[in-house]
Amino acid sequence: MVELVLFIIFAVAAVFGAVTMIWARNPVYSAMGLMLTMFSIAVFYVSNGAHFIAAVQVIIYAGAVMTLFLFVIMLIGVDKAESRTENLPLQRPVALALMILFGAGVVIAGRSAWVTGITPAGTVPVNGSIEQIGDKLFNEWLLPFEVTALLLIIAAAGAIALAFFRDEEGQG
Amino acid sequence: MTDLLEKLFTTPLWSGLIKAVVAFALLMLTALILVWFERRVVAFMQNRIGPNRAGPFGVLQTLADGLKLLFKEGIRPRKVEVGLYLAAPVAAMIPAFLIFMVIPIGAPVHIGEATVTLQGADLNVAVLFILAISSLAVYAVVLAGWSSGSKYPLLGGVRATAQMISYEAAMGLALVPVVVLASALVADGDAGLGAMSFATLVDLQSGSFRGPIPGWFVFWLLPSFLIFFTAAVAETNRAPFDLVEAESEIVGGYHTEYSGFRFAMFFLAEYINMFNVCAIAVTLFLGGWLGPGADLPYIGWLVPVFWFLVKTYALLFLLVWIRATLPRFRYDQLMSLGWKRLIPLSLVWLVLFAVVRAWQSFGAPWR
Repeated sequence: MVELVLFIIFAVAAVFGAVTMIWARNPVYSAMGLMLTMFSIAVFYVSNGAHFIAAVQVIIYAGAVMTLFLFVIMLIGVDKAESRTENLPLQRPVALALMILFGAGVVIAGRSAWVTGITPAGTVPVNGSIEQIGDKLFNEWLLPFEVTALLLIIAAAGAIALAFFRDEEGQG
Repeated sequence: MTDLLEKLFTTPLWSGLIKAVVAFALLMLTALILVWFERRVVAFMQNRIGPNRAGPFGVLQTLADGLKLLFKEGIRPRKVEVGLYLAAPVAAMIPAFLIFMVIPIGAPVHIGEATVTLQGADLNVAVLFILAISSLAVYAVVLAGWSSGSKYPLLGGVRATAQMISYEAAMGLALVPVVVLASALVADGDAGLGAMSFATLVDLQSGSFRGPIPGWFVFWLLPSFLIFFTAAVAETNRAPFDLVEAESEIVGGYHTEYSGFRFAMFFLAEYINMFNVCAIAVTLFLGGWLGPGADLPYIGWLVPVFWFLVKTYALLFLLVWIRATLPRFRYDQLMSLGWKRLIPLSLVWLVLFAVVRAWQSFGAPWR
């Protein structure tokens, strides 16, 4: 009962946040909408017993990523509302086609068994799932994990290098 | 009476409600005392007297100030973004209360058959929970700064983002050794305990370190404690890290355009956060509510609460002492302390500690 009420409240909040993110003219409201969606998703994780994932979701997405978004928005200038001119040709038809594709995907996914909420017996995490996640991540998936870390470092170093390079050339 | 209490605390809904109300009342009381405490201590350190008129030793001064703020006109400047401007003070209060809900302030109390934990909820990811909630606390400051539509609050908001992100990393890294140590201790004992639950962490510190020295984590993890406490002072925007509201540079920072009770809410949230970080430091490093005398008749259940408060107020005194002593950092000093000192230091300490623990658990690498 409590779970259902929570689900309804936060499902509405998540959808509202997503719509706000797209619709708001002011980028700060867009960022807040996205934050609301991220937080609502964390609540879903909690109600499914995945406390660790929920905490990480809030720390990384709602905490760090969105705060940096806000930081950037404020640095670039908060008074300017987003420009309403469309620069991409065929933007609307492509968006419509993608929307239909996505809708079809949701319908197909909704009919298949793995989203019906039936959990196989014995897979429910008992003592939080931190140990299980750590075990999987650092034993079974160690190589992909380390490769991802390397990729992220390359991306960060590349971003810094690009920024400095453009400053030296005087084009930045 | 006992029967009634027993019945109430075995019903999850009622016990939750009672705990929430008690926690709210306790935090309000704490904030009232803390404001007075800080003003008095700073006054004595500066060779002044401080508020001493309202009530005994001036302890009611904050209540008078709070009532004054409550009845003041709430001025709203014309250029504010109304929705976020009104939401920001509330957004400041919520994380402050949420963090307090996971801190155990005393030993579990037995009323008849019922066992009442003096803690809002014992999460098995409490350490991550406080990090998550404190990372949400920055929104209040940022949104207040942005929605005020004036430049000093905006500068305060931008500073707050940079500062909180920088010190959050150091704070999180300082807590990892605690979890490493706790999980090593848990591994020997009951497997059903979570190494991140605050109740478990307090229980794990009940042993002895060496001889009569209690087994508080601070003796194992002194560098972690120092890094955590420094980062926590920065997270609460207290001097010497109060660039967010530096009155000599940017008037009042994010709360420049706030008045009346909305200003009071920011003020309350700041003091509750001070109490929270000290309480977390006590719980994680200084043995929480552990202390002698918990087996006394009748008042035995109050003794742990007493020890918890004594330790927390000792740290709060330290916090006030730091504020009264150190001048404010410059912005670049703040950043270099966070990124070039605290984070590398905590990483080195974490690796060192993990290697030593692994050595103890698995033996030397060449064997």
